[in-house]
Amino acid sequence: MKPLISVVCAAALLGGLAGCAEREQVVVYKQGAYQGKADTKPWDNESFAGDKGQWEAAIKARNQSQNEYRRISG
Amino acid sequence: MARMKFICDAERCIECNGCVTACKNEHEVPWGVNRRRVVTINDGVPGERSMSVACMHCSDAPCMAVCPVDCFYRTDEGVVLHDKDLCIGCGYCFYACPFGAPQFPQAGAFGLRGKMDKCTFCAGGPEKDSSEDEFRKYGRNRLAEGKLPLCAEVCSTKALLGGDADVLADIYRQRVLTRGKGADIWGWSTAYGKPDAPASQPAGGGQS
Repeated sequence: MKPLISVVCAAALLGGLAGCAEREQVVVYKQGAYQGKADTKPWDNESFAGDKGQWEAAIKARNQSQNEYRRISG
Repeated sequence: MARMKFICDAERCIECNGCVTACKNEHEVPWGVNRRRVVTINDGVPGERSMSVACMHCSDAPCMAVCPVDCFYRTDEGVVLHDKDLCIGCGYCFYACPFGAPQFPQAGAFGLRGKMDKCTFCAGGPEKDSSEDEFRKYGRNRLAEGKLPLCAEVCSTKALLGGDADVLADIYRQRVLTRGKGADIWGWSTAYGKPDAPASQPAGGGQS
C-alpha cells in the first residue's frame, strides 16, 4: 500500500510541476522560401552568352546615358 | 553587383504619362492593368507635384512576406519578381504593398481575379529569357538584352530614372546641387535671371 501511495504522490508532484512549465507565447513568423521555378541570370542568354562583364558594361552605359549633364557636356 | 531601383524626381515630372504608355505598349499589358501610373498631388494648384509610381522593388518587400504560396523571389540584381504559375490571385500582396503596385486582371465573371501582374523592372520572369511564354506572362525582358526599363529610358525630362541605385544616387545628387532649390528651380528667377546675374537684354534694346 505504501509504495502505491508514494508512486501516486510522485506522479501528482510531476503533474503539478508540468503545469508550471512556461511556454513561448509569441508567434515567430518565418519567411517562406520561394516555391516557384528557377530563373536564369540576365546574362545567361544568346545576347551575352554568359558574359557577365559584358552585360554589366551594357547596363553601366545605359545608366550613364540617363545623366544629361554628362551626355550634353560630352 | 548592381541593385536596381527607380527614382522619380517630382521637380521634373510633367505628368505626360509617357512612362505609362511606354510600359503598356512594351509589355502589351491587358486593359485594366497598370503596371505604372502617374500620381499628381494638389492637381491644378500652383506648385502641384507629379510622381511616376510602380513596383519599387523593395529590399524587404512586404509582398514577399505575405504571399501564402511564396511565389515571389528577388534576383541578385535586387529585382522583385514572381512566378505566375504559382500565384493564386488572393490579393494579399495588393493589401501589403504601400505603392499599390500589384494589379489583378478581371479574369472572368463575378469579379473573379486573375493572377497578379506587376512591374518586372523589364526583367521578365522565371521562364526562358525572351521566350514567347515569358513575354505572354511577364512582358519583354529588356534586362536580358542589356537595356534598362523602358519607362525610365523614354522619360523626356529624365524625371524617372531606373538602374543601379548607386549610379542613380550620383545622378540625382549632381542634379540637385546644380539646380539649387526654391525659386531657383522653377519660377521668376529661372525665367528672367537672378538678381546677381540678370538675363541678357534683347539686341533691340527692348523697344515695344
